[in-house]
Amino acid sequence: MSVNGKVALVTGASRGIGAAIADHLGAEGAVVVGTATSESGAEKITARFAEKGIKGVGKVLDVADADSVATLLKEVQADFGAPAILVNNAGITKDNLLMRMSDDEWFDVINTNLSAIYRLSKGCLRGMMKARWGRIINISSVVGSMGNAGQSNYAATKAGVAGFARALAKEVGSRGITVNTVAPGFIDTDMTKELSEEQKELMLSQIALGRLGQPEEIAAVVGFLASDAGGYITGDTLHVNGGMYMA
Amino acid sequence: MSSIEERVKKIVAEQLGVKEEEVKNEASFVEDLGADSLDTVELVMALEEEFETEIPDEEAEKITTVQLAIDYVNSNLG
Repeated sequence: MSVNGKVALVTGASRGIGAAIADHLGAEGAVVVGTATSESGAEKITARFAEKGIKGVGKVLDVADADSVATLLKEVQADFGAPAILVNNAGITKDNLLMRMSDDEWFDVINTNLSAIYRLSKGCLRGMMKARWGRIINISSVVGSMGNAGQSNYAATKAGVAGFARALAKEVGSRGITVNTVAPGFIDTDMTKELSEEQKELMLSQIALGRLGQPEEIAAVVGFLASDAGGYITGDTLHVNGGMYMA
Repeated sequence: MSSIEERVKKIVAEQLGVKEEEVKNEASFVEDLGADSLDTVELVMALEEEFETEIPDEEAEKITTVQLAIDYVNSNLG
């Protein structure tokens, strides 16, 4: 278990895909810092880790706020040491047709989904460069490749993180740091529970495997990329979508 | 305690993988000592740690030779 004892920072770890990733890395022996937007969310993560015997804690983080990111990184450094694994998972949607989209809907999504990756990756790179080992894994979406009406803001950020990963992978590859993107399809989470039955039926008809994915199936791919087994993959996007979109 | 000049040169030699005698005061990190841009970033990181300080990005960019690094340390921390 090559992530054993390494410090992993997972944003948006309260529920859904982020929770599954945090738990998976924790089960593999990583010391996990999982972030949530609220104090109560962070406490729930801490409690969940304790219950599952995972080393680590929940912390409050607003990924859209540079000061919040700086504070968190300082605390993590002091309590556990520099993160060797960064999973940029936190994300939001504010769907609207572009013709109706407000500046807030555009910029909030850009700031949380894309600019946060800039802030966190930059903050974690120093430690990774010194260690000559690091893993940055961004969670994108199939929508970044396929597009989806009503999600021009979200799709722009999800395509953006893949481009970011390719550029950064070239910058820091010589220091043993890999940067990759995992693009989930439709996964059984709160985000997809909001869809109507009709929308779900339509979606399932487009998925070769004929079912939604489970958060654990994304977590397993992230775990692979974080491990030494995934060490020769960098700058890539791994599509995990049941055959909904084949790149 | 070694002088600031000696400490700077030791770090430059370690970071860039060159012999200490090659680290002349006038040597440019990129042109003479074979550093790439990421090496220079790491070099500044190492200087920050050795001298327990933070070098702002706009200052770090100006530190392109061994002498400039020594001067920076002398004038900011001396």
